[in-house]
Amino acid sequence: MKKIKLNRDYLITYGMVILFYIIMTILKGTGNLTSLFSGLLVPICVYSILAVSLNLTVGILGELSLGHAGFMCVGAFSSAFFSMCMKDVITNSFVRFLIALLISAFVAAFFGIIIGIPVLRLRGDYLAIVTLAFGEIIKNIVNILYVGRDSDGMHISIKDSISLGLKDDGKVIINGAQGITGTPHDSNFTIGIILLLITLFVVLNFMHSRSGRAVMAIRDNRIAAESIGINISKYKLMAFSISAALAGIAGCLYAHNLSTLNALPKNFGYNMSIMILVYVVLGGIGNIRGSIIAATILTVLPELLRGFSDYRMLIYSVVLIALMLFNASPGAIEFKEKYSIKRLLSKKTKTKEVQ
Amino acid sequence: MKKITSMLLAVVLGATLLCGCGGAADTSATGTTDDTATESTAADNSSASTGATFKIGGIGPITGGAAVYGNAVKNGAQIAIDEINAAGGINGAQIEYKFEDDEHDAEKAVNAYNTLKDWNMQLLMGTVTSAPCVAVSEKTKEDNIFQLTPSGTSVPCTQYDNAFRVCFSDPLQGTASAKYIGMNNLSSKLAVIYDSSDVYSSGIYETFAKEAANQPFEIVAAEAFTADNKTDFTTQLQKAKDAGADLVFLPIYYQEATLILSQADTMGYKPTFFGCDGLDGILGVENFDNSLAEGVMLLTPFAADAKDDATVNFVTKYKEQFGGDIPNQFAADAYDAIYIMKAAIEKAGCTPDMDASAICDAVKGAMTQISVDGLTGAGMSWTADGEVNKDPKAVVIKDGVYVAMD
Amino acid sequence: MSFLNYLINGISLGSVYAIIALGYTMVYGIAKMLNFAHGDVIMVGGFVVFTMSTRMGLSPVLSVLVSIVICTLLGMTIERIAYKPLRNATSLAVLITAIGVSYFLQNLALIIFGSDIKLFTSVVKVKPLVIADGQITITGETIVTILACMIIMTVLTLFIKKTKAGQAMLAVSEDKGAAELMGVNVNATISLTFAIGSGLAAIAGVLLCSAYPSLNPYTGSMPGIKAFVAAVFGGIGSIPGALIGGILLGVIESLSKSYISSQMADAIVFSVLIIVLLVKPTGLLGKKISEKV
Repeated sequence: MKKIKLNRDYLITYGMVILFYIIMTILKGTGNLTSLFSGLLVPICVYSILAVSLNLTVGILGELSLGHAGFMCVGAFSSAFFSMCMKDVITNSFVRFLIALLISAFVAAFFGIIIGIPVLRLRGDYLAIVTLAFGEIIKNIVNILYVGRDSDGMHISIKDSISLGLKDDGKVIINGAQGITGTPHDSNFTIGIILLLITLFVVLNFMHSRSGRAVMAIRDNRIAAESIGINISKYKLMAFSISAALAGIAGCLYAHNLSTLNALPKNFGYNMSIMILVYVVLGGIGNIRGSIIAATILTVLPELLRGFSDYRMLIYSVVLIALMLFNASPGAIEFKEKYSIKRLLSKKTKTKEVQ
Repeated sequence: MKKITSMLLAVVLGATLLCGCGGAADTSATGTTDDTATESTAADNSSASTGATFKIGGIGPITGGAAVYGNAVKNGAQIAIDEINAAGGINGAQIEYKFEDDEHDAEKAVNAYNTLKDWNMQLLMGTVTSAPCVAVSEKTKEDNIFQLTPSGTSVPCTQYDNAFRVCFSDPLQGTASAKYIGMNNLSSKLAVIYDSSDVYSSGIYETFAKEAANQPFEIVAAEAFTADNKTDFTTQLQKAKDAGADLVFLPIYYQEATLILSQADTMGYKPTFFGCDGLDGILGVENFDNSLAEGVMLLTPFAADAKDDATVNFVTKYKEQFGGDIPNQFAADAYDAIYIMKAAIEKAGCTPDMDASAICDAVKGAMTQISVDGLTGAGMSWTADGEVNKDPKAVVIKDGVYVAMD
Repeated sequence: MSFLNYLINGISLGSVYAIIALGYTMVYGIAKMLNFAHGDVIMVGGFVVFTMSTRMGLSPVLSVLVSIVICTLLGMTIERIAYKPLRNATSLAVLITAIGVSYFLQNLALIIFGSDIKLFTSVVKVKPLVIADGQITITGETIVTILACMIIMTVLTLFIKKTKAGQAMLAVSEDKGAAELMGVNVNATISLTFAIGSGLAAIAGVLLCSAYPSLNPYTGSMPGIKAFVAAVFGGIGSIPGALIGGILLGVIESLSKSYISSQMADAIVFSVLIIVLLVKPTGLLGKKISEKV
């Protein structure tokens, strides 16, 4: 019985994403979608994937991570680097993107593991601050990383592009703060939706697998979990690195949607990590579907507010606070329960039953 | 029951989103009944518009850390447009102008661009900062919309044939500065302090260092700072001082430069400071002690206290209209950008009823034939690869004003 | 000689971090929330003083006092509107509203004051201390900041140890529920904490802007984060820890800028933080948390 119910719950989430895809494709096909909105479709997928993957760390594993953008950054740069190197070798954009995707997931997972091993020993807010620190370190290092290629092979420097010592035929691929320019535009909405579905599939199945239940047991009571023989470090690390790998995939999608890639405080700094956290908290911690909806709304919202010009971000911040107060404060929750559609509907059914 | 409700909720939310989006489209597609602006239909749209005005869009950061540049561009262009409209417009047609925020982020810049496309923009003045500019240039290329960036300095900003710029590119500024210092024997040992997290600054530094190898001076200290770490420069200055540098090259923006100058003063370190166009604006900073900037040299195409009529007129209007702020070179670049567009449109003989793509084809050809006298240079002309030909002016700050150097 | 100079630069920077960190650590210790808006209250404090003393020409002392009052009120208002309704929600929810408040303050300042930087006239009139024939200079701002830090620390410690309100704070930080049972008004105590924290932010704002005199709507955010790191470094919740953490952070930042790489200074600072936390999971002076089953 429970199994069926769970499956139905999954199906609704998948259905919602697929429905969104179908509606958008129809609108796009019939020309009813503005350029603004069609340009937002891939970012919506990117942020939804990020939100879902962070929800794995925050909601399922129960650890607060403020460095999620760091994994996105690693995934974005590694995949964009690959695509830049192989631009002329692999001409089939689909094959190239597929490999780039695998690389981004793999590299981000690798970073997830090496960061996770020390970090996951810490608790609560200390863990949060260390993940924030790691995110900032990644951003800082990417900003001073110079990689070039000439006929002798690869050159790497962390000083400036001159010290790469490239020959005349050389080309700087990662140029420090100037980042990577000219990444092929390999991603599109269809790919984005497929990746989002894959992310959902991975996370939802993980949640209800044996490992996932072990992870949730650790979240709910670490000591009890340990006492029944659950290997804490192993499961924590597993959830953390899956989450990192998925963030890397989002980074890959992000990098291949824009032709420039810079590690700015805005897109890969702690600001972004916090923004992803906002999606997760607003959508409901542990609620995967909520994460997607929140990410979508908050990605579209600032664009819809463009009419307010200078006051745009001010209004956005007010809306954010209001949404949060309405969603999470105990008073509001009570109010919502009293007057929710759910309740009104169930009242109706009840009265019907009586009749 | 619960599932159905949540499903309902999801659908409702989806619908709200769509409605919101539809609403935005309605307001933006002025003069058109058909708001199909996807793919290449921007062109069809504009031909369907009433065609009385040229629609020029602008993109730049007006919120966030880089907001000062975007606001300057937004305002500078506004002045030019008001002037042109008051004088009868371009080829008799008025200009409509809309400026969108990109928060200095490539992704937001693309969103801003799409918003403008929904508005049926015909020409794009932007974007203000380099990285978003490159991302947008990819899109303007795709849609074949003419793009003129006032201040996108990095090389790939104008990699496509439909993109031009008003300012100098980074390599040009770096090389010119190194040559100027070398030629005039300003220094034998110099230090550089640059922002390694900024495209403009690190771009100039790189070419400067490359050219420095051919010059009679030596770089004794090359110190960087990053966007996250730009309040305390005493360490960088101390290193320059210890290395015995008698000139400090500052390929950075004036905000950080004000701090560097005052911190150097507190330390009792008094080298010559030399900068690029980013330093312009330093005298306009509210409450800045201008005596600290005494003797600072900079290569800049624009000087807000130049005495020629055009500059005086621009500066007065800018101050009147925007709360007493003194315009910096971004504002001047934007002002010129609008006049350059005007010149090119007139040369190409475009009319407002042409679609964006046709205007682009005509205007990009005209760009290489025109010559414009602007605030940032006299007789500016363009090559087909988008670069401008104009002379950088070297000025030195004396008694709180710019004085031209020979 | 240059080493000493670097060291002094570091202490100067660190003392500013320390004073910001004091506010952070208090709020965290008692309300158990990461108040990301703290940095922006600093910015507000700076702007108030700037408007009053530089633009209107009022006396610096008066403007500092007004700025403290305004920031205190602001802190209490923020707490009342954005944090209090979420008192019993998850701590994450409060974190998010704090972000919202931070955006709000930044964008409000952007609209009121514009995006261009303003140079702040230092309110510190102390002469710099020159040692060793002018080779080493300690600026007046550094001296005042360090002194202010010491004074605030002492006063805060005395306040917490000796007064009833201070004891109430301690009780709330130990166990909210138990404190309530003992008759402590938890809500009032938390409001008081925010008031004190925000008042400290105003002082920090003035000192930050005096030492590094540029002011724009984003002035507070990075020092805010750094100070937060400093607070964690020293052991969050611990008042002397904030001081030590702040100064150490400043010194590490300055020394790594001078001897390793100016580009990697932040990466090095954060790496040191990570190493410290791995060795001492609750910071240098943090209390060890015993685990309850």
